[in-house]
Amino acid sequence: MTMKSILSTVDPEITERLVANRREFFRSSALKLGAMASAPLVLAMASQQAFGQELPQEIVDVLTFALTLEHIEDAFYRSGLEADGLIPDEYVGIFNQIGKHEAAHVAFLSTALGSAAIDRPALDLTAGGKYADALENFDTYLTLSQTFEDLGVAAYKGQAGNLISNDDILQAALQIHSVEARHAAIVRKIGGKKSWDGAFDEPMTKEEVLAAATPFLA
Amino acid sequence: MTQTLSRRLLLKWTGANAGIAVAGAMLPNFGISAALAADLGEGDIGVLNYAYALEQLEAAFYTQVIETPFEGITDEETDWLTDIRDHEVEHRDFLKEALGEGAIPDLEVDFSAVDFTSRDSVLATAQTFEDLGVAAYNGAGKLIENGDYLLAAGKIVSVEARHAAAIRDLVNMNSVAFAGDDVVDENGLDVAKEPAEVLAAADPFITTEVTAEALV
Repeated sequence: MTMKSILSTVDPEITERLVANRREFFRSSALKLGAMASAPLVLAMASQQAFGQELPQEIVDVLTFALTLEHIEDAFYRSGLEADGLIPDEYVGIFNQIGKHEAAHVAFLSTALGSAAIDRPALDLTAGGKYADALENFDTYLTLSQTFEDLGVAAYKGQAGNLISNDDILQAALQIHSVEARHAAIVRKIGGKKSWDGAFDEPMTKEEVLAAATPFLA
Repeated sequence: MTQTLSRRLLLKWTGANAGIAVAGAMLPNFGISAALAADLGEGDIGVLNYAYALEQLEAAFYTQVIETPFEGITDEETDWLTDIRDHEVEHRDFLKEALGEGAIPDLEVDFSAVDFTSRDSVLATAQTFEDLGVAAYNGAGKLIENGDYLLAAGKIVSVEARHAAAIRDLVNMNSVAFAGDDVVDENGLDVAKEPAEVLAAADPFITTEVTAEALV
Protein backbone atom coordinates (compact mmCIF):
# COMPACT_ATOMS: atom_id res chain seq x y z
CA MET A 1 0.00 0.00 0.00
CA THR A 2 1.42 3.32 -0.97
CA MET A 3 1.43 6.40 1.18
CA LYS A 4 -0.66 8.18 -1.39
CA SER A 5 -3.44 5.69 -1.12
CA ILE A 6 -3.36 6.02 2.63
CA LEU A 7 -3.44 9.78 2.44
CA SER A 8 -6.28 9.74 -0.01
CA THR A 9 -8.39 8.01 2.61
CA VAL A 10 -7.70 10.74 5.15
CA ASP A 11 -10.11 13.60 5.45
CA PRO A 12 -8.23 16.64 4.06
CA GLU A 13 -9.42 18.77 6.95
CA ILE A 14 -8.03 16.36 9.48
CA THR A 15 -4.77 16.22 7.58
CA GLU A 16 -4.56 19.97 7.65
CA ARG A 17 -5.22 20.11 11.35
CA LEU A 18 -2.60 17.47 12.03
CA VAL A 19 -0.06 19.39 10.02
CA ALA A 20 -0.92 22.60 11.82
CA ASN A 21 -0.51 20.91 15.20
CA ARG A 22 2.71 19.38 14.17
CA ARG A 23 3.98 22.77 13.00
CA GLU A 24 2.99 24.27 16.32
CA PHE A 25 4.77 21.51 18.12
CA PHE A 26 7.93 22.04 16.14
CA ARG A 27 7.78 25.77 16.60
CA SER A 28 7.51 25.54 20.35
CA SER A 29 10.14 22.87 20.73
CA ALA A 30 12.38 24.84 18.43
CA LEU A 31 12.08 27.81 20.71
CA LYS A 32 13.00 25.71 23.71
CA LEU A 33 15.90 24.04 22.00
CA GLY A 34 17.05 27.07 20.10
CA ALA A 35 16.94 24.96 16.99
CA MET A 36 15.65 26.01 13.63
CA ALA A 37 12.00 25.31 13.13
CA SER A 38 10.99 23.03 10.32
CA ALA A 39 7.45 22.10 9.48
CA PRO A 40 7.39 18.55 8.20
CA LEU A 41 5.23 17.56 5.28
CA VAL A 42 2.19 15.42 5.45
CA LEU A 43 4.43 12.80 3.93
CA ALA A 44 6.79 12.66 6.85
CA MET A 45 3.96 12.61 9.32
CA ALA A 46 2.15 9.93 7.44
CA SER A 47 5.18 7.72 7.32
CA GLN A 48 5.49 7.95 11.06
CA GLN A 49 1.84 7.64 11.92
CA ALA A 50 0.58 5.34 9.24
CA PHE A 51 3.62 3.12 8.98
CA GLY A 52 5.25 3.40 12.37
CA GLN A 53 7.51 0.41 12.61
CA GLU A 54 6.10 -0.88 9.36
CA LEU A 55 8.53 0.96 7.11
CA PRO A 56 10.55 -1.78 5.45
CA GLN A 57 13.94 -2.26 7.08
CA GLU A 58 15.69 -1.44 3.82
CA ILE A 59 14.10 2.01 3.78
CA VAL A 60 14.73 2.58 7.49
CA ASP A 61 18.39 1.75 6.83
CA VAL A 62 18.65 4.24 3.97
CA LEU A 63 16.92 6.99 5.93
CA THR A 64 19.09 6.34 8.98
CA PHE A 65 22.20 6.49 6.82
CA ALA A 66 20.97 9.77 5.32
CA LEU A 67 20.12 11.15 8.75
CA THR A 68 23.64 10.37 9.97
CA LEU A 69 25.11 12.44 7.15
CA GLU A 70 22.63 15.25 7.74
CA HIS A 71 23.52 15.32 11.43
CA ILE A 72 27.20 15.78 10.52
CA GLU A 73 26.36 18.58 8.08
CA ASP A 74 23.96 20.24 10.50
CA ALA A 75 26.55 20.25 13.29
CA PHE A 76 29.27 21.39 10.90
CA TYR A 77 27.34 24.50 9.81
CA ARG A 78 26.08 25.32 13.30
CA SER A 79 29.65 25.19 14.58
CA GLY A 80 30.99 27.20 11.67
CA LEU A 81 28.38 29.91 12.02
CA GLU A 82 29.08 30.13 15.76
CA ALA A 83 32.86 30.38 15.29
CA ASP A 84 33.77 34.08 15.51
CA GLY A 85 35.40 35.46 12.41
CA LEU A 86 35.58 32.11 10.59
CA ILE A 87 33.15 32.85 7.77
CA PRO A 88 33.77 36.13 5.90
CA ASP A 89 30.85 38.53 6.15
CA GLU A 90 30.04 38.32 2.45
CA TYR A 91 29.39 34.56 2.74
CA VAL A 92 27.55 34.42 6.06
CA GLY A 93 24.18 34.62 4.34
CA ILE A 94 25.05 31.69 2.09
CA PHE A 95 26.20 29.50 4.96
CA ASN A 96 23.15 30.45 6.99
CA GLN A 97 21.00 29.27 4.09
CA ILE A 98 22.91 25.99 3.78
CA GLY A 99 22.74 25.44 7.53
CA LYS A 100 19.01 26.12 7.51
CA HIS A 101 18.53 23.39 4.91
CA GLU A 102 20.64 20.84 6.74
CA ALA A 103 18.70 21.47 9.96
CA ALA A 104 15.49 21.03 7.99
CA HIS A 105 16.76 17.75 6.53
CA VAL A 106 17.53 16.46 10.01
CA ALA A 107 14.04 17.38 11.19
CA PHE A 108 12.40 15.95 8.08
CA LEU A 109 14.22 12.61 8.19
CA SER A 110 13.77 12.33 11.94
CA THR A 111 10.05 12.83 11.56
CA ALA A 112 9.90 10.31 8.73
CA LEU A 113 11.71 7.74 10.88
CA GLY A 114 9.64 8.51 13.97
CA SER A 115 10.75 6.45 16.94
CA ALA A 116 13.47 4.85 14.82
CA ALA A 117 15.23 8.20 14.34
CA ILE A 118 18.75 8.36 15.71
CA ASP A 119 20.00 11.29 17.78
CA ARG A 120 22.93 13.33 16.62
CA PRO A 121 26.03 11.17 17.03
CA ALA A 122 29.09 12.48 18.85
CA LEU A 123 31.24 14.26 16.29
CA ASP A 124 34.82 15.29 15.80
CA LEU A 125 34.88 17.89 13.04
CA THR A 126 38.69 17.88 13.01
CA ALA A 127 38.68 14.19 12.04
CA GLY A 128 41.14 13.23 14.77
CA GLY A 129 43.24 16.32 14.25
CA LYS A 130 43.63 15.93 10.49
CA TYR A 131 41.69 19.18 10.07
CA ALA A 132 42.74 20.76 13.35
CA ASP A 133 41.91 24.28 12.16
CA ALA A 134 38.54 23.31 10.68
CA LEU A 135 36.77 25.99 12.69
CA GLU A 136 39.54 28.58 12.51
CA ASN A 137 40.71 28.61 8.92
CA PHE A 138 38.13 29.41 6.25
CA ASP A 139 40.06 27.52 3.56
CA THR A 140 39.95 24.36 5.64
CA TYR A 141 36.30 24.98 6.43
CA LEU A 142 35.50 25.37 2.73
CA THR A 143 37.36 22.20 1.87
CA LEU A 144 35.34 20.27 4.44
CA SER A 145 32.11 21.90 3.36
CA GLN A 146 32.69 20.85 -0.24
CA THR A 147 33.63 17.37 0.93
CA PHE A 148 30.41 16.97 2.91
CA GLU A 149 28.21 18.38 0.16
CA ASP A 150 29.72 16.35 -2.68
CA LEU A 151 29.62 13.33 -0.40
CA GLY A 152 25.96 13.94 0.31
CA VAL A 153 25.15 14.17 -3.39
CA ALA A 154 26.98 10.92 -4.11
CA ALA A 155 25.40 9.21 -1.10
CA TYR A 156 21.77 10.03 -1.93
CA LYS A 157 22.40 9.13 -5.55
CA GLY A 158 23.81 5.78 -4.54
CA GLN A 159 20.75 5.01 -2.40
CA ALA A 160 18.01 6.04 -4.81
CA GLY A 161 17.67 2.52 -6.15
CA ASN A 162 16.98 1.22 -2.64
CA LEU A 163 13.97 3.53 -2.36
CA ILE A 164 12.41 2.57 -5.67
CA SER A 165 9.63 0.68 -3.91
CA ASN A 166 8.31 3.80 -2.17
CA ASP A 167 7.44 6.66 -4.51
CA ASP A 168 6.97 9.31 -1.85
CA ILE A 169 10.18 8.61 0.02
CA LEU A 170 12.12 8.28 -3.23
CA GLN A 171 10.87 11.65 -4.39
CA ALA A 172 11.68 13.33 -1.07
CA ALA A 173 15.19 11.86 -1.20
CA LEU A 174 15.64 13.19 -4.72
CA GLN A 175 14.43 16.60 -3.55
CA ILE A 176 17.10 16.59 -0.84
CA HIS A 177 19.70 15.27 -3.28
CA SER A 178 19.38 18.25 -5.62
CA VAL A 179 19.55 20.70 -2.71
CA GLU A 180 22.84 19.14 -1.64
CA ALA A 181 24.03 19.61 -5.22
CA ARG A 182 23.07 23.28 -5.12
CA HIS A 183 25.06 23.60 -1.90
CA ALA A 184 28.07 21.83 -3.41
CA ALA A 185 27.91 24.16 -6.42
CA ILE A 186 28.00 27.37 -4.41
CA VAL A 187 30.67 26.17 -1.99
CA ARG A 188 32.89 25.19 -4.90
CA LYS A 189 32.28 28.56 -6.53
CA ILE A 190 33.26 30.38 -3.34
CA GLY A 191 36.44 28.30 -3.29
CA GLY A 192 37.30 29.50 -6.79
CA LYS A 193 36.47 26.20 -8.43
CA LYS A 194 33.99 25.13 -11.04
CA SER A 195 30.67 24.08 -9.55
CA TRP A 196 30.97 20.63 -11.19
CA ASP A 197 33.42 17.95 -12.19
CA GLY A 198 31.73 17.05 -15.44
CA ALA A 199 28.43 16.27 -17.14
CA PHE A 200 27.60 13.36 -14.84
CA ASP A 201 27.85 13.07 -11.05
CA GLU A 202 28.89 9.62 -9.92
CA PRO A 203 27.25 7.78 -7.02
CA MET A 204 29.04 6.29 -4.03
CA THR A 205 28.11 3.14 -2.16
CA LYS A 206 27.11 3.26 1.48
CA GLU A 207 30.44 1.66 2.39
CA GLU A 208 32.40 4.28 0.47
CA VAL A 209 30.44 7.10 2.05
CA LEU A 210 30.82 5.71 5.56
CA ALA A 211 34.55 5.28 5.04
CA ALA A 212 34.73 8.99 4.19
CA ALA A 213 32.39 10.09 6.99
CA THR A 214 33.57 7.87 9.84
CA PRO A 215 36.64 9.98 10.72
CA PHE A 216 34.20 12.77 11.65
CA LEU A 217 32.34 10.55 14.11
CA ALA A 218 33.95 10.78 17.53
CA MET B 1 -5.17 23.80 -18.69
CA THR B 2 -1.95 21.89 -18.29
CA GLN B 3 -3.83 18.82 -19.39
CA THR B 4 -4.72 20.49 -22.64
CA LEU B 5 -1.21 21.71 -23.28
CA SER B 6 0.30 18.35 -22.52
CA ARG B 7 -2.18 16.68 -24.75
CA ARG B 8 -1.26 19.06 -27.54
CA LEU B 9 2.41 18.27 -27.10
CA LEU B 10 1.62 14.62 -26.88
CA LEU B 11 -0.27 14.83 -30.12
CA LYS B 12 2.58 16.61 -31.83
CA TRP B 13 4.98 13.86 -31.03
CA THR B 14 2.54 11.06 -31.45
CA GLY B 15 1.95 12.27 -34.93
CA ALA B 16 5.64 12.23 -35.72
CA ASN B 17 6.15 8.84 -34.19
CA ALA B 18 3.15 6.81 -35.09
CA GLY B 19 4.13 3.24 -35.65
CA ILE B 20 7.79 3.48 -34.72
CA ALA B 21 9.46 0.18 -33.96
CA VAL B 22 11.08 -0.19 -30.56
CA ALA B 23 13.02 -3.26 -29.56
CA GLY B 24 11.06 -5.30 -32.01
CA ALA B 25 7.69 -4.17 -30.71
CA MET B 26 5.32 -1.77 -32.40
CA LEU B 27 4.32 1.03 -30.09
CA PRO B 28 1.71 2.98 -31.98
CA ASN B 29 1.48 5.79 -29.47
CA PHE B 30 5.11 5.89 -28.67
CA GLY B 31 6.57 9.14 -27.45
CA ILE B 32 6.13 11.45 -24.55
CA SER B 33 2.69 9.97 -24.12
CA ALA B 34 4.27 7.02 -22.39
CA ALA B 35 5.38 9.27 -19.56
CA LEU B 36 1.85 10.46 -19.06
CA ALA B 37 -0.02 7.29 -19.76
CA ALA B 38 -0.39 4.44 -17.41
CA ASP B 39 0.82 2.12 -20.11
CA LEU B 40 2.99 -0.36 -18.25
CA GLY B 41 6.02 -1.63 -20.06
CA GLU B 42 6.75 1.47 -22.07
CA GLY B 43 6.90 3.68 -19.01
CA ASP B 44 10.65 3.99 -18.66
CA ILE B 45 11.17 4.75 -22.33
CA GLY B 46 8.56 7.46 -22.06
CA VAL B 47 10.33 9.01 -19.11
CA LEU B 48 13.67 8.89 -20.89
CA ASN B 49 12.12 10.58 -23.92
CA TYR B 50 10.70 13.21 -21.61
CA ALA B 51 14.20 13.85 -20.26
CA TYR B 52 15.60 13.72 -23.79
CA ALA B 53 13.17 16.44 -24.89
CA LEU B 54 14.27 18.72 -22.05
CA GLU B 55 17.94 18.09 -22.71
CA GLN B 56 17.43 18.87 -26.39
CA LEU B 57 15.88 22.15 -25.38
CA GLU B 58 18.73 23.02 -23.02
CA ALA B 59 21.46 21.96 -25.44
CA ALA B 60 19.93 24.06 -28.21
CA PHE B 61 19.64 27.03 -25.91
CA TYR B 62 23.24 27.02 -24.69
CA THR B 63 24.54 26.30 -28.18
CA GLN B 64 22.92 29.55 -29.24
CA VAL B 65 24.24 31.35 -26.15
CA ILE B 66 27.81 30.41 -27.04
CA GLU B 67 27.36 31.14 -30.77
CA THR B 68 25.97 34.60 -30.11
CA PRO B 69 27.38 35.74 -26.76
CA PHE B 70 25.50 38.47 -24.93
CA GLU B 71 26.95 41.96 -24.73
CA GLY B 72 29.69 42.36 -22.17
CA ILE B 73 30.10 38.66 -21.49
CA THR B 74 33.17 38.01 -19.30
CA ASP B 75 35.77 35.33 -19.88
CA GLU B 76 34.58 33.56 -16.77
CA GLU B 77 30.98 33.60 -17.95
CA THR B 78 32.02 32.23 -21.35
CA ASP B 79 34.01 29.52 -19.61
CA TRP B 80 31.15 28.46 -17.34
CA LEU B 81 28.43 28.68 -19.97
CA THR B 82 30.58 26.66 -22.38
CA ASP B 83 30.90 23.96 -19.74
CA ILE B 84 27.15 23.96 -19.25
CA ARG B 85 26.56 23.72 -23.00
CA ASP B 86 28.94 20.78 -23.19
CA HIS B 87 27.15 19.04 -20.31
CA GLU B 88 23.73 19.49 -21.88
CA VAL B 89 25.01 18.17 -25.20
CA GLU B 90 26.43 15.16 -23.38
CA HIS B 91 23.12 14.59 -21.57
CA ARG B 92 21.21 14.87 -24.83
CA ASP B 93 23.51 12.48 -26.67
CA PHE B 94 23.57 10.04 -23.77
CA LEU B 95 19.78 9.84 -23.69
CA LYS B 96 19.53 9.61 -27.46
CA GLU B 97 21.91 6.69 -27.47
CA ALA B 98 20.11 5.02 -24.55
CA LEU B 99 16.80 5.35 -26.40
CA GLY B 100 18.16 4.15 -29.71
CA GLU B 101 15.37 3.82 -32.23
CA GLY B 102 12.88 4.68 -29.52
CA ALA B 103 14.07 8.28 -29.38
CA ILE B 104 11.69 11.04 -30.35
CA PRO B 105 12.89 13.10 -33.33
CA ASP B 106 14.94 16.26 -33.08
CA LEU B 107 12.73 18.99 -31.74
CA GLU B 108 12.46 22.39 -33.33
CA VAL B 109 12.83 25.11 -30.77
CA ASP B 110 11.61 28.67 -30.55
CA PHE B 111 13.72 31.09 -28.58
CA SER B 112 12.10 34.20 -29.97
CA ALA B 113 11.21 35.23 -26.44
CA VAL B 114 14.91 35.35 -25.56
CA ASP B 115 17.13 38.36 -26.30
CA PHE B 116 20.48 36.66 -26.80
CA THR B 117 22.29 40.02 -26.77
CA SER B 118 21.09 40.66 -23.22
CA ARG B 119 22.82 39.12 -20.22
CA ASP B 120 19.67 39.48 -18.14
CA SER B 121 17.51 37.75 -20.70
CA VAL B 122 19.96 34.89 -21.30
CA LEU B 123 20.64 34.22 -17.62
CA ALA B 124 16.98 34.47 -16.67
CA THR B 125 16.13 31.90 -19.34
CA ALA B 126 19.02 29.70 -18.25
CA GLN B 127 17.78 29.83 -14.68
CA THR B 128 14.27 28.91 -15.79
CA PHE B 129 15.52 25.92 -17.79
CA GLU B 130 17.85 24.66 -15.07
CA ASP B 131 15.30 24.93 -12.29
CA LEU B 132 12.73 23.31 -14.55
CA GLY B 133 15.13 20.48 -15.35
CA VAL B 134 15.78 19.84 -11.66
CA ALA B 135 12.06 19.85 -10.87
CA ALA B 136 11.35 17.59 -13.84
CA TYR B 137 13.87 14.93 -12.87
CA ASN B 138 12.85 15.17 -9.22
CA GLY B 139 9.24 14.53 -10.18
CA ALA B 140 9.99 11.84 -12.75
CA GLY B 141 12.19 9.62 -10.60
CA LYS B 142 9.20 7.80 -9.16
CA LEU B 143 7.92 7.04 -12.67
CA ILE B 144 11.06 5.07 -13.49
CA GLU B 145 10.92 1.35 -12.89
CA ASN B 146 14.42 0.29 -13.83
CA GLY B 147 17.11 1.01 -11.21
CA ASP B 148 19.78 1.61 -13.86
CA TYR B 149 17.68 4.29 -15.52
CA LEU B 150 16.93 5.83 -12.13
CA LEU B 151 20.65 6.03 -11.41
CA ALA B 152 21.33 7.53 -14.84
CA ALA B 153 18.71 10.19 -14.18
CA GLY B 154 20.29 10.80 -10.78
CA LYS B 155 23.70 11.33 -12.36
CA ILE B 156 22.19 14.01 -14.57
CA VAL B 157 19.87 15.80 -12.15
CA SER B 158 22.52 16.79 -9.63
CA VAL B 159 24.55 18.34 -12.43
CA GLU B 160 21.45 20.30 -13.47
CA ALA B 161 21.15 21.44 -9.86
CA ARG B 162 24.79 22.53 -9.90
CA HIS B 163 24.07 24.51 -13.06
CA ALA B 164 21.00 26.06 -11.50
CA ALA B 165 22.94 27.18 -8.44
CA ALA B 166 25.81 28.57 -10.49
CA ILE B 167 23.51 30.46 -12.86
CA ARG B 168 21.54 31.83 -9.94
CA ASP B 169 24.78 33.04 -8.39
CA LEU B 170 25.77 34.75 -11.64
CA VAL B 171 22.45 36.59 -11.50
CA ASN B 172 22.59 37.38 -7.77
CA MET B 173 26.18 37.09 -6.66
CA ASN B 174 26.84 35.94 -3.09
CA SER B 175 23.17 35.91 -2.19
CA VAL B 176 21.03 33.01 -1.01
CA ALA B 177 19.59 32.71 -4.53
CA PHE B 178 21.65 29.58 -5.36
CA ALA B 179 19.17 27.62 -3.23
CA GLY B 180 16.63 30.31 -2.53
CA ASP B 181 13.39 29.96 -0.64
CA ASP B 182 11.63 30.14 -4.02
CA VAL B 183 12.98 26.67 -4.88
CA VAL B 184 13.74 25.04 -1.52
CA ASP B 185 10.86 24.67 0.92
CA GLU B 186 10.78 24.72 4.71
CA ASN B 187 11.66 21.03 4.80
CA GLY B 188 14.79 21.67 2.79
CA LEU B 189 13.28 20.00 -0.27
CA ASP B 190 13.84 21.18 -3.83
CA VAL B 191 10.97 21.50 -6.30
CA ALA B 192 9.46 18.41 -7.94
CA LYS B 193 7.06 18.79 -10.83
CA GLU B 194 4.86 16.35 -12.69
CA PRO B 195 5.39 15.94 -16.44
CA ALA B 196 2.20 17.82 -17.33
CA GLU B 197 3.37 20.91 -15.49
CA VAL B 198 6.88 20.73 -16.91
CA LEU B 199 5.67 20.24 -20.46
CA ALA B 200 3.33 23.19 -20.13
CA ALA B 201 6.27 25.34 -19.05
CA ALA B 202 8.48 24.06 -21.89
CA ASP B 203 5.80 24.21 -24.55
CA PRO B 204 6.32 27.87 -25.58
CA PHE B 205 9.92 27.04 -26.47
CA ILE B 206 9.11 24.01 -28.61
CA THR B 207 7.73 24.42 -32.13
CA THR B 208 8.12 21.00 -33.62
CA GLU B 209 5.78 20.64 -36.57
CA VAL B 210 2.28 19.84 -35.46
CA THR B 211 0.97 17.22 -37.79
CA ALA B 212 -1.08 15.19 -35.42
CA GLU B 213 -4.00 17.54 -35.28
CA ALA B 214 -4.87 16.53 -38.81
CA LEU B 215 -4.97 12.94 -37.67
CA VAL B 216 -7.28 13.44 -34.72
